[in-house]
Amino acid sequence: MNAGRPSGLRLPWWWIAGATLLLLVTVIAGAMIGPASISPWGIISSTLSRIPFLNVESSLDTRADDIVWQIRMPRVVLGVLVGSMLSVAGSAYQGVFRNPLADPYLLGAGAGAGLGATLAIAYGPDASGWFIDPLPLAAFIGAIVGVALAYVLGYTVRSGRTAVTLILAGVAVAAFLTALQTFLQQRESDTLREVYGWILGSLTTAGWSEVRLVLPYVVGCSVVLVAFRRLLDVMSVGDSEASTLGLHPSRIRLLLIGFATLGTAAVVAVSGLIGFVGIIVPHTVRLMTSASYRVIVPLSLLIGGSFLVLADIVARTVQSPTEIPIGVVTALVGAPFFAVVLRRSKGIVS
Amino acid sequence: MFKRTTLLAMALALVAVSCSSNDAADATTLPTQATTTSAPASTTTEAMESRFPVTIEAGNGAVTVEARPERIVSISPTSTEVLFAIGAGDQVVAVDSLSNYPPEAPITEMSAWTPSIEAIAEYDPDLVFISFDPGDLIAGLEALSIPVILHGTALSLEDAYTQWEQTGIATGHTSEALDVVSDTQSRLVDAVESIANDAQGLTYYYELEDVLYTATSASFIGQVIAPTGLSNIADEAPDPDGFGYPQLSQEFIVESDPTLILLADTICCGQSSETVAARPGWGSMTAVTNGGVVELNDDIASRWSPRVVELLDAIVEALSSLVAVDG
Repeated sequence: MNAGRPSGLRLPWWWIAGATLLLLVTVIAGAMIGPASISPWGIISSTLSRIPFLNVESSLDTRADDIVWQIRMPRVVLGVLVGSMLSVAGSAYQGVFRNPLADPYLLGAGAGAGLGATLAIAYGPDASGWFIDPLPLAAFIGAIVGVALAYVLGYTVRSGRTAVTLILAGVAVAAFLTALQTFLQQRESDTLREVYGWILGSLTTAGWSEVRLVLPYVVGCSVVLVAFRRLLDVMSVGDSEASTLGLHPSRIRLLLIGFATLGTAAVVAVSGLIGFVGIIVPHTVRLMTSASYRVIVPLSLLIGGSFLVLADIVARTVQSPTEIPIGVVTALVGAPFFAVVLRRSKGIVS
Repeated sequence: MFKRTTLLAMALALVAVSCSSNDAADATTLPTQATTTSAPASTTTEAMESRFPVTIEAGNGAVTVEARPERIVSISPTSTEVLFAIGAGDQVVAVDSLSNYPPEAPITEMSAWTPSIEAIAEYDPDLVFISFDPGDLIAGLEALSIPVILHGTALSLEDAYTQWEQTGIATGHTSEALDVVSDTQSRLVDAVESIANDAQGLTYYYELEDVLYTATSASFIGQVIAPTGLSNIADEAPDPDGFGYPQLSQEFIVESDPTLILLADTICCGQSSETVAARPGWGSMTAVTNGGVVELNDDIASRWSPRVVELLDAIVEALSSLVAVDG
């Protein structure tokens, strides 16, 4: 690692400003572009009409207004929240485990959420009249249980509680939960399509209720992870080095994993398993800016949101009015872009 | 409506036809629509029904059934419905876990998605119906000398009729199968005629799943609905795989504001007119405010059995009450 690069440690304000601007631009683009043909002025006037004391009359009829405010906007906002959370969680996992391949699903959050969702779809009661939908709840609990299992298993390994044993425990738990999920899915084969639809991940039917559901988790977990970004720098050097600084590596690991997992579980619960974001965004930030988590974590937060909103714009416009699964877009657009960044990088990643 | 003799002649032609390729699509090329005016019938129904062995051209190529099958296993819900509809139900010994209609079908734990050759063989069948081969199912059953008829997803009504007729021929119920086909044809025509031109200019959205998968006019169900004159809002969607089942954008559906919202996800996904009305942004749609949301039976909607008539009847009924209200 190059944690000693002095120039890379501090986060210049113009990067934050640039990333914030990018996020704003993508959000506005996301609001303007869509399969329904609604004029940009209509959207602007409708937005202004919602600001009190401006007295601007919206030029949209009720249906167009509903499309913009009940369908398109929540989708854009959820895209920001999901993209940001997955990217921040990914950067935290990579730092904690000192592993560039770590992503938010590493310790079984994805597999656990998949199992939870399958259980809810296959055996869940008819919840049409319920106050809350059991599917996101089951996925959320599944993700937390998956990671908790991996942590307990890794923690009780006799040879020592290192990052590597934790990763191996996560691999075992994820494989076990995925196998269980596949078994159930085959047994209850009439649920196959619904389960697959969920696993592929999408923002297709996102509404404000999903936004309200995840907002507290995303804000809370992001604030904690951004606040503790210095600890990630210490952790990324090594457990013994962290100990010499008077820190408890396993406690810090638990703390960071805990918050990254909580946030991941929340977004997975509403959007399914959207892949690739948690790996590609932190690495792109790292390759383009600095290897210090003091820079990577906050920038991942901003750029992750932009990336997913952009990917979602592609997903709903390229074959409009048909949708492409967003996971396909993140990989299809993200992978070549990432390859270019990788080729141009000057070896910042050791 | 159709002459029995004509249909018999067509059926004979069916038996005789044998194609070189074993592509599933071959079934579509068979002459099945009884539209020719007349043809001489040289055999009586009785004579024909007892004539085994028969060879039919199924999705898996030419299949020969040596004698009237008495131990049929169906691991296709559609085939199960067809077998019972044409009077071959008594010959069926076991059906898969999704074959929930008719209620008297001998339902078992067998999976239609991951069928086990051993589980099927245990029933000692003399004929097996399947709707898709997930791997080596056909080869495995053939190795056990069990004849298998593959009747894959029908791409058109003609496809479905061909399959029903073949099912009749293979089980010794040819005339009943032909009756079911002609009865279905006339009931579909009746349903369409009952609404005359009322549906012209009206539109529909057909929902397969609550994540907004739909069926275009190119799909089987789309072809069933097309004669009503309703137009499908999904038809302007690009459909790269060509099977007619794209996933639509929510805002596109709301903007299109179809007259009818046809829900074929009431069982799988618990959708109803209430859940549709509660979706964000859907409340102001014409179909929601006008009572144009139609709850269909997903089981019928996902099969290509004679019950397809019930589906069209439900749609026509909803349409007539809408028109009556407007008028």
